Amino acid sequence: MNRFPILLAILLFIMWLLLNNSVAPGHVVLGAVLAFFVARASHRMRPLQPRVRRLQRAVPLAGAVLIDIVRSNVAVARVVLGLTGGRKPTPGFISLPLDLRDPHGLAILAMILTATPGTVWVDLSADSSKLTLHVLDLQDEMQWVHTIKQRYERPLMEIFE
Amino acid sequence: MSTIDLPAWAAIPASILLIIGGSLALIGSIGLLKLPSFYMRMHSPSMGNTLGAGCVLVASMLVSSALLHRPVFHEVLITLFMVMTAPVSATLIMRGAIYRTRVNAERQRRHTDVES
Repeated sequence: MNRFPILLAILLFIMWLLLNNSVAPGHVVLGAVLAFFVARASHRMRPLQPRVRRLQRAVPLAGAVLIDIVRSNVAVARVVLGLTGGRKPTPGFISLPLDLRDPHGLAILAMILTATPGTVWVDLSADSSKLTLHVLDLQDEMQWVHTIKQRYERPLMEIFE
Repeated sequence: MSTIDLPAWAAIPASILLIIGGSLALIGSIGLLKLPSFYMRMHSPSMGNTLGAGCVLVASMLVSSALLHRPVFHEVLITLFMVMTAPVSATLIMRGAIYRTRVNAERQRRHTDVES
């Protein structure tokens, strides 16, 4: 299958306009030409194409992630400042089974988990079926697994698979 | 010092955002300094990296849009690139730390084996 990566070209075009911060005709033409050739060239280096099925699911996911970033920032700040009500934070590793297989979905899951302070992506087994995370304040392992699977993994699977 | 005419609708939210972003980065750095273990210290600077940086970038968008009298968006790209690159370094550091912990444990075990 040798389809032109139209999505990549569009993203590169938008990036070009954002970088230059203008929609002047010259930049539009130059950006379009660049996007076309760069997308075509990189297509040969990276033949794996994302199959985006339901992009509209990305909107509620982005909202949930934003809320979680704010929430986890507050949570980590409380741990740092010792405002956890006398309770000592319990850091620990958790491993959870993953059903998501699409590499683009996994990449986005890694971005989400790193962007929320309090969780760091540690390891993914070779067949991407087991994910290891480190959590700053691990109180209820089952709850973490449930949150990650329901809030992030399910929408990502709906988008990519 | 020259005075810049910054309208209040941009100046007030921008300053609030800068204060929030700065405090988050500061708390994150304090955490880096005083949290007890390496794995715990991993988490705290990412506060300044995510919400802290986000607040500063939104403030920057507000101020430059107000000064140039047209919308300025290219800070979005900084956010995008930061979010895209952060997992790579975080995972590398984390795996390096786990490898070291394992090697040290192994060495200690061998040491006690020789002694006994």
